[in-house]
Amino acid sequence: MTHHDSTTLPAPQMEIDHVGLSFGGVRALLSITFNIYPGTIQAIIGPNGAGKTSLLNCISGLYRPQEGQIRFEGRNIIGLPPHQIARLGIARSFQNIELFRHMTVVDNLMLGRHIHMRSGVLSGGFYWGRAQREEVEHREFVEQVIDLLEIQSIRKKMVGALSYGLQKRVELGRALAMNPRLLLLDEPMAGMNSEEKEDMARFILDINEEYGTTIVLIEHDMGVVMDISDRVAVLEFGQLIAYGTPAEVRSDPKVIDAYLGREHAIV
Amino acid sequence: MDRFIQLALSGIANGAIFALVALGFVLIYKSSDVINFAQGELLLIGAYLTYAMVEQFGLWWPVGVIVAVVLAALVGVLIEQLVLRPLIGEPVISVIMVTIGLSSLLRAIVGAIWGTTPRPAPQFLPTDTVTILGANVSIDRIWAFVLAITLFVILTLFFRYSREGIAMRAVADDQQAALSMGISVKKVWAVAWAIAAITAAVGGILLMSIFGGVSGTIARVGLIVFPVVILGGLDSIPGAIIGGLIIGLLQSFAGGYLPPEWGLGEVVPFIVLLLILLVRPYGLFGQRIIERV
Repeated sequence: MTHHDSTTLPAPQMEIDHVGLSFGGVRALLSITFNIYPGTIQAIIGPNGAGKTSLLNCISGLYRPQEGQIRFEGRNIIGLPPHQIARLGIARSFQNIELFRHMTVVDNLMLGRHIHMRSGVLSGGFYWGRAQREEVEHREFVEQVIDLLEIQSIRKKMVGALSYGLQKRVELGRALAMNPRLLLLDEPMAGMNSEEKEDMARFILDINEEYGTTIVLIEHDMGVVMDISDRVAVLEFGQLIAYGTPAEVRSDPKVIDAYLGREHAIV
Repeated sequence: MDRFIQLALSGIANGAIFALVALGFVLIYKSSDVINFAQGELLLIGAYLTYAMVEQFGLWWPVGVIVAVVLAALVGVLIEQLVLRPLIGEPVISVIMVTIGLSSLLRAIVGAIWGTTPRPAPQFLPTDTVTILGANVSIDRIWAFVLAITLFVILTLFFRYSREGIAMRAVADDQQAALSMGISVKKVWAVAWAIAAITAAVGGILLMSIFGGVSGTIARVGLIVFPVVILGGLDSIPGAIIGGLIIGLLQSFAGGYLPPEWGLGEVVPFIVLLLILLVRPYGLFGQRIIERV
């Protein structure tokens, strides 16, 4: 993995351009502007209530910001319904796990292939010709994801019966099964022990390397964030207070103030 | 013993029809949390459309039935688009009130077109009787059962293997996640209403053939859906099937064995409804929903 130098950046994959979001009188996001570069890992950090998840929801279409634009590969996606944004190649995971609890792990991952299935009601309903070939291709892709995330042993288990850490991993797998170009992860390591966190960090790096997927993650664990991210955006009270490489952000006095208080420094 | 078998078979046949109608109700509830009080009127629409196609337009009955079922599905989709879609995000009680209003409206429309006097209807199903285990059973009941079960099997395969069916299960399980998988929740709702209208229409057509006539009483069967789904669990498809069969059997036995002047056949399903609500409000197979505050 390469930490990109600020001077040699490629064209951005996503441009978040003066995005403003309010709920009634409450301003959740204030003119947020930064870019997301293809093939990188970018972190969004900030104290609780800073607007991190709101921003992710704006990108995935669950919220519609009142101001600004979010351009994905040049196209403004604000106003598109969430399922169409997913079809453009943007996948996400949720802070509170949102899995299909009454289905098996494999079925959950197969749902990630939904957008890539072309067969309609009639041919898709029965195993004929093209539908069957298509099914085999999708199964193969899902098996790759299962191998990558090391969840072979639980593939036939009902998701609702799995441990929290494994559910988080399955949710990552389901998003990955969509073969997205941009993967949004909302606190993928929240509530995990250090061993699980290490695994998760390794998977995120593997995904980034093997598939070249751009990854945007919200995370509270500073050690992990500084370790795996190419760039970091820092939000506080709905405003972007810093944006840059981990080294730049780490030494930014505004970040130190906002995040840890004046007397601390990020180590 | 003959009488027992006779009552059991006719109970199972009625139960299969109840289950079919309840299935549509459960589908709508599972995918969109809408409690549809107009399910009975969907039966009525299916029956009257078939009557119109076969008796009034003179179509050969298999063609008439297919046209009627397709039209019923369109009515279902139309109701979803025009009536329920604007209500997204409104309180549950408002949605319930709207579906109650919808049931009156649909009944009035049917009354305006076809009047309120019962009309004789074509009996598509053969009406002779056969002897099973010593009991005389009319063959149309058996046909009704077989057709209902066939439709169940088709729908089960649809939910299990088709792209749209799997999308429906996903929406029922977790709407937000389904959206993030690229599934259009609105399309799923439209499909749910179409299927509910189709199953109700088939139920209405079977009842019309068994009764040999079509009238507003067919919509009364829609009320039976409530004991069925409360017994089976509002959000359970197997529950709808088993609940339908149990209610069908209970109704048949209560009507057959208890003194007819008590009229208990009609009432028993609702006694079950009250008991279930007291003892096991989420039904036999329903999900226990715990709200954490």
